[in-house]
Amino acid sequence: MDGSTAGDIGGGEAGTDARLTVDVWRGDSDGGAYQTFEVPAYESQTVLDLVSWIQQYADPTLTYRFACRVGMCGSCAMMVNGVPRWTCRTHVRRVLGDEATEGRVKIAPLRNLPVIQDLATDMDPFFDKWVKAEAVHHPSRGREDAIERIDPTSEERQAADAGIECINCSICYAACDTVTMNEDYLGPAALQRAWTLLNDARDGDRDAVLDAVSDKGGCHNCHSIGSCTAYCPNGLNPMAAIAGLKRETARRSVPWLLGRRKARD
Amino acid sequence: MLDFNLYMAQRLSALVMIPLTLGHIAVMVYAIDGGLTAGEILGRTQGSLGWFLFYGLFVVSVSVHAAIGLRVIAYEAFGMPRRHLPMLTFCIATVLLTMGLRAVWAVTYGVAA
Repeated sequence: MDGSTAGDIGGGEAGTDARLTVDVWRGDSDGGAYQTFEVPAYESQTVLDLVSWIQQYADPTLTYRFACRVGMCGSCAMMVNGVPRWTCRTHVRRVLGDEATEGRVKIAPLRNLPVIQDLATDMDPFFDKWVKAEAVHHPSRGREDAIERIDPTSEERQAADAGIECINCSICYAACDTVTMNEDYLGPAALQRAWTLLNDARDGDRDAVLDAVSDKGGCHNCHSIGSCTAYCPNGLNPMAAIAGLKRETARRSVPWLLGRRKARD
Repeated sequence: MLDFNLYMAQRLSALVMIPLTLGHIAVMVYAIDGGLTAGEILGRTQGSLGWFLFYGLFVVSVSVHAAIGLRVIAYEAFGMPRRHLPMLTFCIATVLLTMGLRAVWAVTYGVAA
């Protein structure tokens, strides 16, 4: 935790004289430019604090998105000095150490998503692709059936557990060069979600998931560049999940060559 | 842009090419180290079903593999419209296949000049 509260962003308080130069992207889907602000510097200051200070004390028209401030909701992700980050959990002193920043902080809307206004992006393409990846639960039991017992130590459950902490922040999507170059590509988050469902004993339509991720724009477009895994703020590994999907689709297609997957209990 | 079938075609063609590439390198080292003349090489390849199959399979694999790879580059790096990709893939594969098989045929069953 950064020690700050919702109302503690430094504005109006007696702080140090130190100030930070912050370049903030202003504009909409038609284009825009960076606007520079001088923001008071404080101890334990996050990048989100900088944006909030600007909006509250310098320019109330600045548009951005945040909610929980504790790294759970996934709504405050932005490009900070060219890198996608969750701004509520990113300390300013950390990004000031970035190379080529020259003591400035440069904040922009997330890459690979349409801009609504200033720092707020339209997340629709991101979530539409979750649906396209069939990353929705397919019930295998009805309400009258007994609850399925899940063995937390099983290999499948461990694989699913490795991906379910995704907070949908879209940082992996913004970091992915394949998404940039291939508009149809479903992206790491949606594919990782599909992978968790594939490994969830409670999901009832394995073939639907494998069909969805095998289509144009599916997991086979991944070049394993690894930016998703490198930048995931929760330390997840979408690249491994995508590799798992490639393996399972291939295994389903040529089981005599690659071996059949273990049947579920 | 790849779907599952193109992905598998590219991976399987790569699988085939691995031993063929190693074999080809071994042949090149042997031919150069031994100082074989063109005539001596042709003497070994003319009428040889083995060499025809070896390099014929190589050419087929290369044609499939390269055509799919260049399709991806054309789409992702150069922004070629999706509707042109099947034709691009087909044309690259056809050119490589035609040139390659023509050369293989010439050194195995073609009439020596």
